[in-house]
Amino acid sequence: MSYLSIEHLTKNFGGLSAVSNVSISVNEGELVGLIGPNGAGKTTLFNVLTGVYKPTQGKVILNKGGKSIELSKLPPYKITHQGVARTFQNIRLFKDLTVLDNVKIAMNQQAQYGLFGALTRLGKFYASEADIDKRAHDFLKKVNLDELAYDLAKNLPYGKQRQLEIARAMATGAKLLFLDEPAAGMNPQETQALTEFIAKIRKEMDLTIVLIEHDMSLVMNICERIFVLDYGKLIASGTADEVKNNRKVIEAYLGEEE
Amino acid sequence: MKNLFSKKNLIWLGILIVLFFLVQFMIDARIIIPYHRTILFGIGIFIILGVSLNIIIGITGQLSLGHAGFMSIGAYSAAIVMQYMPDMTGLLLGMLVGTLVSILVSFVVAIPTLRLKGDYLAIATLGVGEIIRIVILNLEITNGASGISNIKNLISWPLLFVFVVAAVVLSANFKNSAIGRACISIKEDEIASEAMGIHTTKYKVIAFIFGAVLASVAGSLYATTYYVVKPETFGIATSINILIIVVFGGMGSLTGSAVSAVFIGIVNMLLQSYAEVRLITYALVLIVVMIFRPQGLFGSKEFGLDKILGFKPPSLKKLRKEEST
Amino acid sequence: MQQFLQQTINGLSIGGVYALIALGYTMVYGIIKLINFAHGEIFMFGAYVGMIAVMNFNIPIYLAFVIAMAVTALFGVIIERVAYKPLRKSSRTAALITAIGVSFLIQNGVLMVMGANIYAFPQVIPNRFFTVFGLRLNMLQLVIFATSIALMIILQFIVSKTKLGRAMRSVAVDKDAAALMGVNVDNVITITFAIGSALAAAAGIMVGLYYIKVFPFMGFTPGLKAFVAAVFGGIGIIPGAMIGGFAIGLIETYVAGYGSTLYKDAVVFIILILILLVKPSGLLGKNVKEKV
Repeated sequence: MSYLSIEHLTKNFGGLSAVSNVSISVNEGELVGLIGPNGAGKTTLFNVLTGVYKPTQGKVILNKGGKSIELSKLPPYKITHQGVARTFQNIRLFKDLTVLDNVKIAMNQQAQYGLFGALTRLGKFYASEADIDKRAHDFLKKVNLDELAYDLAKNLPYGKQRQLEIARAMATGAKLLFLDEPAAGMNPQETQALTEFIAKIRKEMDLTIVLIEHDMSLVMNICERIFVLDYGKLIASGTADEVKNNRKVIEAYLGEEE
Repeated sequence: MKNLFSKKNLIWLGILIVLFFLVQFMIDARIIIPYHRTILFGIGIFIILGVSLNIIIGITGQLSLGHAGFMSIGAYSAAIVMQYMPDMTGLLLGMLVGTLVSILVSFVVAIPTLRLKGDYLAIATLGVGEIIRIVILNLEITNGASGISNIKNLISWPLLFVFVVAAVVLSANFKNSAIGRACISIKEDEIASEAMGIHTTKYKVIAFIFGAVLASVAGSLYATTYYVVKPETFGIATSINILIIVVFGGMGSLTGSAVSAVFIGIVNMLLQSYAEVRLITYALVLIVVMIFRPQGLFGSKEFGLDKILGFKPPSLKKLRKEEST
Repeated sequence: MQQFLQQTINGLSIGGVYALIALGYTMVYGIIKLINFAHGEIFMFGAYVGMIAVMNFNIPIYLAFVIAMAVTALFGVIIERVAYKPLRKSSRTAALITAIGVSFLIQNGVLMVMGANIYAFPQVIPNRFFTVFGLRLNMLQLVIFATSIALMIILQFIVSKTKLGRAMRSVAVDKDAAALMGVNVDNVITITFAIGSALAAAAGIMVGLYYIKVFPFMGFTPGLKAFVAAVFGGIGIIPGAMIGGFAIGLIETYVAGYGSTLYKDAVVFIILILILLVKPSGLLGKNVKEKV
């Protein structure tokens, strides 16, 4: 049984079918790319996978530790609790907070105290806060962002913001990451750095990653399998070379030959 | 324990003790005359109201315009209980009743309305405030439009001081905790917050109830300070007065709200006989602040000891040093 | 049955007034997504202008309508240019708080200039009753109902048939695209405020005539109710505001007639909260989800 299985997923908006009957399986530890022309339904698919939208038909199942969890029945925050997190096409950091706080918020689940503990600071409050603080710093060190811990997220250079967003998603404890155009708006050097960053974290933290990307160099470089969407439908899948030479894919990108 | 008696907390404690005895001395020595004392108590009550509304608006980012409604719940609860028990027990019991009622009301209100966004939420909470006022206006136990008078005056500087300090400390603790961080993340970006595993509705409801309870406590203190409660006192104008305190002090700055409540209280006293000019000035300042500094006069910065005492966020050097030792 | 019809007539005439005010909310919201919290105060301002025209200058009532609408339209435009225009790019919360400030400002400004006393609007329309099919009809109610319908028809014509109306609709859909197509967005917004304020002024005079009282805080409750009406019909949608206005007028009158007068205001707010929960986009609205 595959780690993540998307089964006959359809999402309609009014009469428009943004995603129609898409089935994809992802194995644990894989790095999978999702490509397609603009408006192909990639982001909509992500939004269904992360619970922002409810699917019109079909379901999304996560198999972990011998249990099957139907993600498509859960609200976004519960999906995150299942170890699934995402980034956004248009960076959605907590801009006016520090890098450290961005990470701490992602780690909020680990707080060992409730409202009473927070208000009175009795019980495990101080210990738990110290623990979260330490974990957040350790985590930032791991992703090489510790030097920026006390900077506001909005003051980070663009490339670092993208990186922080990925780091923040991982800090939720996620084992499965959905990255929505992580290299959007980056220059080749930044893209190169990001590619290395993704490869590194994936190995170190045993992550499974699904990413949407327009930058073919990134996709072709690191994705083991690629799925191609066009007009909401899955038109091809396979390795980089297989996809590159697929006639349907070429047509989708270049338009049909008359 | 080490954390509780940190240098910073001890200094705060020292400042509070000095402030307490200084004011107490001034009251005993009649430097603060009874008239000024009543104003001082009013300021204290509005500090609680400002800080509690700031939890909802400034920290969690949910614009509520019904705060006076929750204040009135506390005021009437205290007033009614104190009709039968005109002593400190009655006041505290009334406060407790007010707290329970406002938890109940704010919970019932919060669950549905907090699903709404921005302007819709503002209008819905305004509607809730009005509904509370109309209900009070029509109930028998609240004595309708004439309200309840002859409430026993039990307010004193120590009593006020304890409640104001408790409210501010609890609010600060709320803000500086995992719960506070969750609330701030909702204000920053609700969608991202939910994607980080934050149950946004839950935290919005917690913040709303927390703010409502503090407002209710402030209302109980109001009842015993001014010994009269009337429905008209708790209308939209009062909700907007509290909003003005929050905006002046800065959205998200609890100390800012406290300072601004003191400032506005003093200005109100000085401009006592020019009510319209005063209100017009506030309205103008509200507009100007929103146009030029929408995060409020002091933004989300807290007036803290960190700067004064030279506490800086632990620098990297220090972090590295700690590591090597 | 008799009583029911009587209540219906009362409800329709006050509903027409709510509809006129609601139109101002809805048009402004439709175009710049701002709840013009001060709209109730603009309504109050219009009532004062109309009253002063009639009382101090002996101007005939129909002319007083025109003058009050013109003056109030100008007033609305000034508010828009001075207070709201600088905020077009800031957060909606900031804009809403500004609108609250403007509302507070107008209220206290009028309070300062005119004093807190309640003026009696001169009874220039004879309060004659006549009976049709056993129903007591009031001359004043008929005038109010007819005027509001007439104004709504004119508005509908402007919005759907004129070039200006087309520009307004295009700005409501997409400001930037409209600007690219050569629409002067600033002017359209200004004119929207002018029209909304003029309608509120007409409503203000009618409420003055109907309830006789004119005072600085008269705008608050009708303003809120009209807002509820706009939300009820689907905020941003012009026919929605008309339907909503009449609906709120009717509901309120029935509650007052059959239930308790005291709770009629509370009912309106309960309706508001219910609509927001069940169908926040209103009767005629479509649900739009935030883009992720």
